[in-house]
Amino acid sequence: MLELLKRYWKIINRPSMHFSLGFLTVGGFIGGIVFWGAFNTAMEFTNTETFCTGCHEMRENPFPELKNTIHYTNRSGVRAKCSDCHVPHEWTVKMARKIQASKEVWGKIFGTIDTPEKFQAKRLELARHEWARFKANDSLECRNCHNYESMDFTRQSLRAQQMHSTYLASKEKTCIDCHKGIAHRLPYVPPGESPSDTPGQVVPKGP
Amino acid sequence: MRKLLAIVLGLATALVWAEPTLVDSARGPTPILETTQPPRLGNAVNDDNRLPRNFAQQPPIIPHRVDGYQVDKNFNKCLDCHARAKTAFSGAIPVSATHYIDRDGKVLANISTRRYFCMQCHVPQEAAKPLVGNSFQRK
Repeated sequence: MLELLKRYWKIINRPSMHFSLGFLTVGGFIGGIVFWGAFNTAMEFTNTETFCTGCHEMRENPFPELKNTIHYTNRSGVRAKCSDCHVPHEWTVKMARKIQASKEVWGKIFGTIDTPEKFQAKRLELARHEWARFKANDSLECRNCHNYESMDFTRQSLRAQQMHSTYLASKEKTCIDCHKGIAHRLPYVPPGESPSDTPGQVVPKGP
Repeated sequence: MRKLLAIVLGLATALVWAEPTLVDSARGPTPILETTQPPRLGNAVNDDNRLPRNFAQQPPIIPHRVDGYQVDKNFNKCLDCHARAKTAFSGAIPVSATHYIDRDGKVLANISTRRYFCMQCHVPQEAAKPLVGNSFQRK
């Protein structure tokens, strides 16, 4: 093993015999640009809706639910796609999220949520991950579009005004604390853990 | 005999001809093979002004929009604000205490299942012109 390492170190350490320094520098530079471009393009491709809905898990469970909400269909046609809310926009955080998402590849291979029943059974856990992520980054993905400074309270309903000018203004609460289940339907949430983080209503459990 | 048959056939034809003038009021005059134009969606009342009941026992109306409210076996968006435990925080009108009683008269800790689907009785309002005239007066 050590022998092998030594041999490769020698090869790397040895000055080039056939290629000029200029070729290696310029070639390396161009190669770097091409690699970087390809890497980011591939990374960007995993952010598209075509990619997300390429698997039946997403195409048949959360995606049709999104289609009925205001984040997909509305009067002005401005809409959010999966990655707008579920992937951070800034590069470093995005990379961290993408690495984390390798777990989802595992889930895909082993069919963790490959039937609607399995998805429904697991959806509270999955939703909680997203809620925790939004809570931790102060609902950054919401705020990428919904800018607090640009909110005109006079154009909001009285209820919205009241909530936003108190809890949101004082930073006591962040978007996700109240706005859970707005782009997908909510799973059954056990008593006391209901969406607005206050001791909550209890949905009667069926037989 | 032949004359009678001719008369009967003539009458039947006349009836069949007269038939298409019958209009299904729900559907309008659109022929059955064509798609009807759905009525335009308006803007639901969203002013949060509590309106008084028009008659005793009237379920109070909803003075705000309820578009996309999830009310199913997993979650009830209405109760997210209107449940009695929530109103201190949300400032919403609490659900009537009668809604916590089941059909056997037992008082429950949570909303009774028979009262669970709020919009079976409580409805949002729209500033629409009434289709039919009505002389009902609120007392």
